[in-house]
Amino acid sequence: MKPAPFAYAKARSVAHAIELLATEDARLLAGGQSLIATLNMRLSEPALLVDINGIGELDRVTLQNAHVEIGALVRYAQAERSAEIARAAPLIALALPHIGHPAIRNRGTVGGSLAFADPAAELPACMIALDGEIDVVGPKGQRTVKANDFFAGLFETALGAQDVLTAIRVPAAAADIRVGFAEFARRHGDYAMVGLAACARVAGKRLADVRLAYFGVGATAVRARKAEAVLADGDVEAAVSALAGDLDPPDDIHASGAVKMHLAGVLLRRVAQQLGRAPS
Amino acid sequence: MSERFHDVAVTVNGEKVRERVDARKTLVDFLREDLALTGSHVGCEHGVCGACSVRVDGVVVRGCLMLAVQCDGARVDTIEGVADSAEITDLQQAFVARNALQCGYCTPGMLLTAQELLARGGIPSREQIRAHLSGNYCRCTGYQAIVDAVEAVAQARSGAKR
Repeated sequence: MKPAPFAYAKARSVAHAIELLATEDARLLAGGQSLIATLNMRLSEPALLVDINGIGELDRVTLQNAHVEIGALVRYAQAERSAEIARAAPLIALALPHIGHPAIRNRGTVGGSLAFADPAAELPACMIALDGEIDVVGPKGQRTVKANDFFAGLFETALGAQDVLTAIRVPAAAADIRVGFAEFARRHGDYAMVGLAACARVAGKRLADVRLAYFGVGATAVRARKAEAVLADGDVEAAVSALAGDLDPPDDIHASGAVKMHLAGVLLRRVAQQLGRAPS
Repeated sequence: MSERFHDVAVTVNGEKVRERVDARKTLVDFLREDLALTGSHVGCEHGVCGACSVRVDGVVVRGCLMLAVQCDGARVDTIEGVADSAEITDLQQAFVARNALQCGYCTPGMLLTAQELLARGGIPSREQIRAHLSGNYCRCTGYQAIVDAVEAVAQARSGAKR
């Protein structure tokens, strides 16, 4: 199908984008890898597209104050090539090759993934696992939202109609940080049926600050807090059992909830190994 | 300016093109309908199949997930351009030699995507070739011959350099 008619404007700056977004039914266009598909299918019929692709300064990766900051317009392919992300944000580096296909990664943006908030997308889960922050600029100025507070529901975020997501920030991984990432998809690059992004700190023989963020199992990425506590003590099989109290995935076109629960356990065993915990 | 129609200047296969486009027109429709470059195909129109793959400013993108109006000032290369410039002649010949196509609908996208991988140099593993082509559907060949062809070209190009 073809998109319904809309007007188009290229934003010269973030402030200009905010101004343009005051139009009723305006939508912000970044990489467009989800938005243009929904336009083609007429699932979305905005009056105006505000294209932020030309705005400079939103496409940088910087390391500062023990944090990695990734500009909203950094494309996945660019992030994959970033030495800063490989070194200081290893969980994101692990997740990137799973996002879409090469042609999608050439165009899709880090900010777009978070703003779109697909429940089966990789980066929102990484942000939850890393306790990241999201910078937003709106008509009233700039604010920072914790990833935990950002995802409100299915494709719903803390972003208002005139807000522009400008950057994300995650703590730079210290030497004692371990990360793990795994997902099941029918075809490499497709959205995950179930996926898991994880981060933990090594504390002697134990793990501390274990954060397990599952995606594809509900309206948003969810933390498996009971399994986190059990895994910290080192018992992987007990952690898999604890998932029953954490997750309740609904059936979808890919798999029944029961199959997803099973897969969630399989992923936990794989990720536990990446975190340095061999299955007992 | 928030308008529906925009003037764009695009360099398509090395040629400067000026057109007035409707904002809602996708890049692949612009190439096919306005410029009669019908080598880029329209398949799923939502980014899944890869038949519409074209190069914009040197990287392969989905022609159905980019708007023509976004290409103002950009360099666009289509299968017609890379075939005429002889950039992929060896790859095209390898596809023919190994029967890496039947109906040919996916082939322009396959060639452009494979060329992006091959241009990085070296000899990618079959797994790497499959991963790079994962976003391009072929409903005829079962992919085996396509991977064979890409692998053979990688080996030949690598050998030619030595």
